[in-house]
Amino acid sequence: MTPATGFRHVVWTAQGTTPAEIEAALRRLLVEGQTQVAGYAPARALNMVCIVDKDAAKEVSARLQGAGRYLASRTIICSVERGRDRIDAMAEISSDTPSGPGEFALVRELVTLEVGDQHLPRLEPIVDPLVMTDLPTVLWSPSNIDEGIRALMPLSQVVLMDSVDDSDLAGGLRRARDLLESAYVVDLAWLRSTPWRERVAATFDPPNLRPDLHAITSVTVRHHPESAVAGLLLIGWLGSRLGWKLKKLDTQNGELAGSARAGRRDVQLLLEHAPQEVRGLAGLTLETATGRRLSLDRGPGGLHAHYVNDRGDEREWTVLGASRGEGGILGEGIRQALLRDPTYAPAASSANQLV
Amino acid sequence: MLENPLVEGLERLPVHPTSLVIFGATGDLSHRKILPAIYNLAHEGALPERFNLVGTARSAMSDEQFREMVARAIREFSRRPPDPQVLERLLEASSYVPGAVDEDALYDALQGVLTEFEEEAGRRLNRCFYMATAPRFFAVIVRQLGNHGLEHHEDAEVRVVIEKPFGTSLAEAEQLNRELLSVFEERQVFRIDHYLGKETVQNLLAFRFANGMFEPWWNRNFIDNVQITAAEDVGVGSRAEYYDKVGALRDLIQNHMLQLLCHVAMEPPVDFSADEVRNEKVKVLRGIPTPTPEDVPKIAVRAQYGPGTVGGEAVPGYVEEPGVRPDSTIETFTALRLEIDSWRWAGVPFYLRTGKRLPRKVTEIAVMLKPVPHLGFSQEGSIGVRPNVLVLTIQPNEGVSMSLAAKIPGTRMRIRPVNMEFLYGTSFLSQSPEAYERLILDVMRGDATLFTRNDEVEEQWRVCDPIVHTWEQMPGPLPQYPAGSQGPPEANQLMTPEESWRRI
Repeated sequence: MTPATGFRHVVWTAQGTTPAEIEAALRRLLVEGQTQVAGYAPARALNMVCIVDKDAAKEVSARLQGAGRYLASRTIICSVERGRDRIDAMAEISSDTPSGPGEFALVRELVTLEVGDQHLPRLEPIVDPLVMTDLPTVLWSPSNIDEGIRALMPLSQVVLMDSVDDSDLAGGLRRARDLLESAYVVDLAWLRSTPWRERVAATFDPPNLRPDLHAITSVTVRHHPESAVAGLLLIGWLGSRLGWKLKKLDTQNGELAGSARAGRRDVQLLLEHAPQEVRGLAGLTLETATGRRLSLDRGPGGLHAHYVNDRGDEREWTVLGASRGEGGILGEGIRQALLRDPTYAPAASSANQLV
Repeated sequence: MLENPLVEGLERLPVHPTSLVIFGATGDLSHRKILPAIYNLAHEGALPERFNLVGTARSAMSDEQFREMVARAIREFSRRPPDPQVLERLLEASSYVPGAVDEDALYDALQGVLTEFEEEAGRRLNRCFYMATAPRFFAVIVRQLGNHGLEHHEDAEVRVVIEKPFGTSLAEAEQLNRELLSVFEERQVFRIDHYLGKETVQNLLAFRFANGMFEPWWNRNFIDNVQITAAEDVGVGSRAEYYDKVGALRDLIQNHMLQLLCHVAMEPPVDFSADEVRNEKVKVLRGIPTPTPEDVPKIAVRAQYGPGTVGGEAVPGYVEEPGVRPDSTIETFTALRLEIDSWRWAGVPFYLRTGKRLPRKVTEIAVMLKPVPHLGFSQEGSIGVRPNVLVLTIQPNEGVSMSLAAKIPGTRMRIRPVNMEFLYGTSFLSQSPEAYERLILDVMRGDATLFTRNDEVEEQWRVCDPIVHTWEQMPGPLPQYPAGSQGPPEANQLMTPEESWRRI
């Protein structure tokens, strides 16, 4: 196989253009790129369509760049400007040159469309010719432009969202529930909880501790003040996996508290604000009727674990792991568009019952 | 046993708390591969929630000095710059026990350290003993682990990891297996062939068994021959002392390249569990006839590189390399012609070729298809129709390439071959983990799918051993090939006149 040296960057721009012209330009760019490196054919795995307000377009581009290698094969950014009546477009194909043995040559195709709000209802026929047929398409609207999302749902199999983005606590969860009816949802708030879910699952994995999962008496989740939804999702996950009957939580001093029914037992639930800069969860404490208590809290180098066993013996240790950062979370969200986690929908549904 | 309902949907399943003991912790393998792999697992949060690392070697060293050494190795060889806080925590979980592998005191000390960890954790921890030492110590360590009761741990798992080479002959491999299995059960033994941990090699199975389009022609009716190449452009370098004892056949063909052959030739396993996959691989190996001394000259070629030019620079021949015996008859190039006695593969030659100081570094499998049975148009005025070739590149750029015949634009029906190329890296969204990361995690999980089973390694040696023995009876000097060339012309004699090696 001829080693790929990679074409660098080919660009096409046009004002007042049409989807047919953009699609033709993409094909020409690919030929141009392949002419530079004969025999090079990119393999593709995923389309991504982003709908953003024009004001946020630069920030979204920066977030996508921060996702590093975790990018869709073809990304189409629809930048929406109020009052615009013309479609302008820029198409780019670029590739990293492999720098040594074993290095990957990433081929990226990026189309940036500048559209007006009047285009939103008919965004599907504008974008459809630009996505690669037969590949899954993930839709992301960090600005939550509902009209655009509705228009593009027919061509999207996956929706990427962040349920903590909604200012209304219940709003993000309702949005997730609605989207789940027609697409697979990748929720960044859910992905931020992955290490926590992994560690809780690992703690109760030894066969002698598994019965304790059905003896949990209280769950306290500590979270960034704007990330209550992440805590709700975590409790929703526990509830859906362990068969709890959940009900609406009460608000006390801006924090949420209440209980769930687990068989004949009550499980006390509490979501507390924690002072931390990063979004997401800050800590978690689980207690069981058998006298065990597990606390996990963010700490240097990983999660700080504090465990008390049924005899009252205390242990502390660090569960090693580096923070993925927001760029890493977004990258993971794009990767997850190709996977399927069957536990998110039940967790989101359970979390909806809490608000 | 009660299920754990929380593991559903998790990509990373819980790994039981583990203490990992590395014998030979100050060595090159540990520095370059094992320690960086452990760091990367820690970085990604993939290590068990309770994890302790114990290094052991002869050198006298304090825990603190060992931690400094570990940090240096990780900084130099990790695929990502270490996060200072994760590294610091990992170092805190690392300790060092000095001692010679044949001395009882070492194992008493290890037992003490491992027990301390468990007292601190308040629970039993699995134990993994990783032998990253010179092979001559493997059996000694195994015996000593058994003598000190470290082969078993109530309510926990004990596993032992053996690095390659697993013996240098069939007799040695059998003896080592006997030693191992007199102390451990096979399910506790993880023989590493790091090729199996490469994403690219695992992708071979996905390529073959997750795509329906290949299976109909993946057999003797359509495939003319298969060529597996593992070429290096470098010489023996710092490995001269080791390499000059083993040579190309034992260094690469007996393990890695026979594994690649198995992946190409195996039947689809019922599932991808350790035993099902390994059963199918062993069936392939059993189908390869044992070479007789008379067969060897017909199926095997060896050679040494002489002086030449690589990458525009003049380089010395093998016997002029530092650390190589001037009268060495160790081969730096081996080519084999193997056949597999099975319905699928009868009559299809599998050509294996490996060598140092070849034109470039590449590991690939070329599946050469038979020519079309009839051509309805003239080939006049063109280079003509050539049989299709499917090339699976393992490294450096993982991918698949298919040569197809296509019409040359113009008024006449003239044909030329064109390549359709696909690079995995262009389509997948994440960086592949290093082979050792996957393998170390699999050891801690107890998943032996990507490790070589006892019967598998013995079958590999059954094929290679007679060639080694026959060559040992044949005096030198060996055929030479200029460094930087395609290898010795003698390799062409393994093929029929209609066949030829792919250019490296």
